[in-house]
Amino acid sequence: MAEAHAVAHEAPKGFIRKYIFSLDHKVIGIQYILLALAAVFVGMFLSLLMRLHLAWPNAKLPFYDVMTPEQYLALMTMHGTIMVFFVLTTAPQSGFGNYFLPIQIGAADMAFPTLNMLSFWLTFVSFMVMMAAFFVIGGAPISGWTAYVPLSAVGEIAGPGLGWGQSLWVISIAIFCGASLMGALNFITTTLDLRAKGMSLMRMPLTCWAWFVTAILALLGFAVLLAAGILLLLDRHAGTSFFIPGGLVITEKLIPHEGGSPLLWQHLFWFFGHPEVYIAILPGMGITSHILSTFARKPIFGYRAMVYAIFAIAGLGLSVWGHHMFVSGMSPYSAFAFSLLTMSIGVPSAIKTFNWIGTLWGAQIRFTTAMLFAIGFVSLFVSGGLSGIFLAQPAVDLPLHDTYFVVAHFHIIMGVAAIFGMFGATYYWFSKMFGRQMSEFLGKLHFWPTFIGVYAIFMPMHFIGLSGHPRRYADGSAVEFLGPLQDVHYFMTIAAIVTMAAQFIFVFNFFWSLRKGKKAEVNPWEATTLEWTVPSPPPHDNFGGRYPTVYRGPYEYSVPGAAKDFTPQHTPDGSGGGVH
Amino acid sequence: MAGKAATAEPEVLDMGGGSTGDLPWEPGGPGGSALPQRVYVTGIWLALASILMFFTALTSAYLVRQGISTDWVPIELPAILWANTAVLLGSSATIERARRLLAEGRLEGFRRWWGFTTLLGLLFLVGQVLVWNELRAAGVYVATNPSSSFFYVLTAAHGVHLLGGVVALLYLGRWDESREHRAGRTTAAAATTVYWHFLGVIWVGVFLLLNLRG
Repeated sequence: MAEAHAVAHEAPKGFIRKYIFSLDHKVIGIQYILLALAAVFVGMFLSLLMRLHLAWPNAKLPFYDVMTPEQYLALMTMHGTIMVFFVLTTAPQSGFGNYFLPIQIGAADMAFPTLNMLSFWLTFVSFMVMMAAFFVIGGAPISGWTAYVPLSAVGEIAGPGLGWGQSLWVISIAIFCGASLMGALNFITTTLDLRAKGMSLMRMPLTCWAWFVTAILALLGFAVLLAAGILLLLDRHAGTSFFIPGGLVITEKLIPHEGGSPLLWQHLFWFFGHPEVYIAILPGMGITSHILSTFARKPIFGYRAMVYAIFAIAGLGLSVWGHHMFVSGMSPYSAFAFSLLTMSIGVPSAIKTFNWIGTLWGAQIRFTTAMLFAIGFVSLFVSGGLSGIFLAQPAVDLPLHDTYFVVAHFHIIMGVAAIFGMFGATYYWFSKMFGRQMSEFLGKLHFWPTFIGVYAIFMPMHFIGLSGHPRRYADGSAVEFLGPLQDVHYFMTIAAIVTMAAQFIFVFNFFWSLRKGKKAEVNPWEATTLEWTVPSPPPHDNFGGRYPTVYRGPYEYSVPGAAKDFTPQHTPDGSGGGVH
Repeated sequence: MAGKAATAEPEVLDMGGGSTGDLPWEPGGPGGSALPQRVYVTGIWLALASILMFFTALTSAYLVRQGISTDWVPIELPAILWANTAVLLGSSATIERARRLLAEGRLEGFRRWWGFTTLLGLLFLVGQVLVWNELRAAGVYVATNPSSSFFYVLTAAHGVHLLGGVVALLYLGRWDESREHRAGRTTAAAATTVYWHFLGVIWVGVFLLLNLRG
């Protein structure tokens, strides 16, 4: 059993063991990041097709000619699924977390390297199965990333893509659940058991706290989604009626099921689905805290409060799934409880936001690209969070739920904010991962159109939502009262095209810097945490067969009396600090 | 490793790069031999938390589906289930004895009781298959009624987890004698024991659910 040599495994020799089936957490982290990079371009391309169709419903598009409503729904389903699972869940946690959690806590590797490798390759298989849904008869499913029943449960009679496409979707998600559970178990064990001497929990960087709590959410949430997926698969293929109600007539045919509950699926799905949005965003919060402190040259404001706020957000996040179901006809008393719990998430969220601003207050800020994206994250988190308070109230949610207002809300808070966290992480850690620095000039050239562009895409969605524009409509121009809003669709589509084009600056910068970037020093940002004490890239076992000892907290910047404005965590007590 | 795989790989992607000679660390630290042992115990408890969530999800689905429906017809539970329950609870006693014998270093006794446990585990699985056969013979299939659907789902989910436990039992029963593996086996046996007890508890929960809310 390879795990018997947990942590202290040998450096691999051949290409396959080193780069393909590697046990090294750093290689696995990069594999996850590359998988997410591939997925994000697929997801982005799908959204481009959707936006083009929304602006010019009769235009001929690549692969689709003139798009049908069903094809639009298939694109929407796959866009959501790919982005949520294979980008937002994969890169911030499994990608960057895998690479930097062990180094930041002073460990040689994750607790279970073999499990880690298995977890990545299962995610890869899951992605391949999901992609296969495009190429089966009927194409990709049209039931949304939430796979609401009965649409997702009754088979191809309910529409194209609901035959094989939907089955592959469920199978892919079940595999993804398995992979995520293994990953979560690995993250928690590593954090609890493999910290270096002196690295008490309250000396961990906030990135590690975020990954740790995210892993707890994943461990609890994905287990429930797996159970729900198995029941859905049985409804589809074994004739059971867990979710399919009786008396259902589709295209003049009576569906031979009875007694099932579509709401049961919604409860099980959202019990996973709501924690999932925190799985996507918490790592971004950790990375933002880390970057803000580094480039503000100040300790993070209220470190302990930040840690407790992460736990509060996660704890509340497990108990608010019902706010996705206000329109399902739930009891007003339940809705009230879910509403109250949801709004109370505003408290820890505000703690985090004010602490970020407090960190920046009066600071001598270094405006690196990573810093710009971190500040952009805070901006997006506030913008997206405020619309969340609207939607948390059942009376407001009822009219807004099926409109673009919700699309605007979740894209800003969960999609774009999390993506900004990933960009920040990439610009911040690239030099450590690849030994060369990314171009700061190209980075800033990437940041500004991206930052302005995402607001240009998603802010107008609030307004068309408030005007009553339903979401999931393939063609608003055909509906009389939506006609006047068509100009807004043009605007958003053009904004989307410009913003997507700007992403190629990032891609160019990424691959150009891999080969031509400036050689990186060990600690180019003058940062304090352990990853900045090892070579770039770090050796196979991170610390050269030795282990660091930690003497202080993670964010000792500008300590009065210290020789330099940063005191690394491994600087011994009594040395006056600043010795490097 | 820094010697590297020459090849055509771009140098920047060489994860093994960099010298480590100038690092300020002391040798030693948390990499002591006790460390890799602890992770197995932590890992197994986390796995249990996740499995518990999985069965909780199925149980709540069971209660909701039963509560809202008018079509729920309880199935007649085969009597073999009582024997299977006794076998599984008995196996918890035998594995506990085996674990204690190993901790005392009494390898012979450990092997014997560990072997009993493996047999009881297999016996339980065979018993569950007999239960399924009996139901099938009575015309009760997975899609017959929501009660039978849940019966098959719960027993199969538990059976799959138990099969994993049997694989671990077989693997550890064949562990070689070499000295450096001894500490590893004690920990692995302890982790397997925890897992096995847990599956006993899950089974009692499932069995109570099927009996009291059938």
